[in-house]
Amino acid sequence: MPSTPTASTPAPPAPDRVEKGTSLGRDAWHRLRKNKLAMCSLWFLLAMVLTCYLLPFLPLIADPNKTYPDLKSLGPFTTGESVKGPSVFYSLGSDYLGRDIFSRILHGGRVSLTVGFLATSVSLTIGVLYGAIAGFVGGRTDAAMMRVVDILYALPFLIIVIILTTYFGNQLWLLFVCIGAVEWLTMARIVRGQVLSLKKQEFIEAAQSLGLGNAAIIFRHLIPNTVGTIIVYTTLTVPAVMRLEAILSFLGLGVQPPHASWGSLIKEGADRMISDPSLLVFPSLFFAATLFSLNFLGDGLRDALDPKTSKD
Amino acid sequence: MSTAHFISYRFAQAVFALFCIVTITFFLNRFAPGNPFLDEKAIPEHLVDNMKAYYGLDKPLFTQYLVNLKNLLVGDLGASFGNKGYTVNEVIAQSWPVSARIGLCGLGLALLLGVPIGVFAAAHRNSRIDYGLMSLALLGICLPTFVIAPILGNIFGLRLKWFDVAGWEGSSAWVLASATLGIYYAAYIARLTRGSMLDQLNQDYIRTAQAKGVSPNKILFKHAFRGGISPVVAYLGPALASLIGGTFVVEFVFNLPGLGQHFVRAVTNRDYTLIQGTVIVFATLILVFNLLSDLAQVWLDPRRKLKT
Repeated sequence: MPSTPTASTPAPPAPDRVEKGTSLGRDAWHRLRKNKLAMCSLWFLLAMVLTCYLLPFLPLIADPNKTYPDLKSLGPFTTGESVKGPSVFYSLGSDYLGRDIFSRILHGGRVSLTVGFLATSVSLTIGVLYGAIAGFVGGRTDAAMMRVVDILYALPFLIIVIILTTYFGNQLWLLFVCIGAVEWLTMARIVRGQVLSLKKQEFIEAAQSLGLGNAAIIFRHLIPNTVGTIIVYTTLTVPAVMRLEAILSFLGLGVQPPHASWGSLIKEGADRMISDPSLLVFPSLFFAATLFSLNFLGDGLRDALDPKTSKD
Repeated sequence: MSTAHFISYRFAQAVFALFCIVTITFFLNRFAPGNPFLDEKAIPEHLVDNMKAYYGLDKPLFTQYLVNLKNLLVGDLGASFGNKGYTVNEVIAQSWPVSARIGLCGLGLALLLGVPIGVFAAAHRNSRIDYGLMSLALLGICLPTFVIAPILGNIFGLRLKWFDVAGWEGSSAWVLASATLGIYYAAYIARLTRGSMLDQLNQDYIRTAQAKGVSPNKILFKHAFRGGISPVVAYLGPALASLIGGTFVVEFVFNLPGLGQHFVRAVTNRDYTLIQGTVIVFATLILVFNLLSDLAQVWLDPRRKLKT
């Protein structure tokens, strides 16, 4: 058995080839990979995202808004008739207007996921910047900035979003800007707390004594050190945002017909659940499964990135 | 900081927050496209002018704002544009008991279900019961209220006929509405309780108690519970804020004439005064609940200081 030269004699590392410690990210990835549930969720989410974004571009799928009057309300298991769907994927049946449910779910999923990710990134940007600046500057500025957050916390969010989306039309971009703009508060608080404790540490002092500017310290040193917390909180924000979008669409204030999102599909299904339960069941399944895996992934990431807080 | 000092500080902050909210809603309303007098049929110009004069909308914007603030100070929310012949105070007085009953019963049910489940799961951690209960809880969180509501309505309303499926006067549909909200929040509270109970059970003072020979039940309920319930109490403030969204949905599903229905209709009709009135009600509720939950946390854990 060939012996590895470094195993037996731990020679002092040469100055130019310092022994590499594993980075936090690599450690976290290793821990995450051991968590089967979280990994399954990750793969499931990737598959879901790819399906929703890529499949509608392939010619396999029916046009989600096209109605086929002779294919009305086909259940997935009632295809005994010789009715042939216009696409291979007419597998989950059709709705009351003869539209392909599967295709509508995929298109709806693209809207829901887009809103989820974009609104989260809006809230992420605002929250991280706001929190980092407040925590880093400190003193009166910090106090004033956090007072603003306190006051905004008392605002009934959903109500502001409803007012904004009703008043300024139902453009999709507005929806996620609105949701993102009201969802950043907790992120700002968390990042501020982290920055407050980080900025007292030596490496920041070192950076300052080297003459680094404030912006460089915030972006190069403070924010990267809070990434773990940010990632964890982000995975928890995405489902919250998707739920908010679904509530809006459910109330008829989000995506407007004939376009669909998971929320509006569930609403359509709920209206017709007696006559055709599959209209409620399938969109709900997709929606719940996505939220499920986002939650599992978030839990897994929390355990992986911050082993101290891991619950047994 | 003394409790009285704390409360007065938070009161001042709440008044300022309400002032900001009123200002934001006022100008948001006035600068938004559309107005309350748009109808499917075009209304003659002079009639619109008359109506504007009647509601005081013909005055300069800032005068309107000041008049509005002055009225609010004496508790007058103005006349509702959308509900002819009703003042906003009357509309809210009629509809808030509906929302309050659904919301509070839902939250109460959530606490009654969620806390015991969480404590039980923590006491039997990593057992099959624990995993079973927690999977159920996760399911409850991931199935949104607007999925649970029609399913409950279908099963208990249409199939079993235990409850009515819609309506308020003399109808039992509110039970299903509360149950819908209760299930979702119970699931969340169960997970929260389990986590914080485990945090407590892992601490040194619990080991000391075990070493002294205190019975497991006493450790669980007398020692760990007080600390373990604290995050749940902290969650009740924000929970109320999100409960508002939930009540909107169940009010729509079960057709209950609560604040949520009125609010959504008011926004679509540009009923400025009713929008402002409901926003004030919701904001006040959130402010009060946040304050109560902060006070309760200090009561549960005296080491925690009242911070402003």
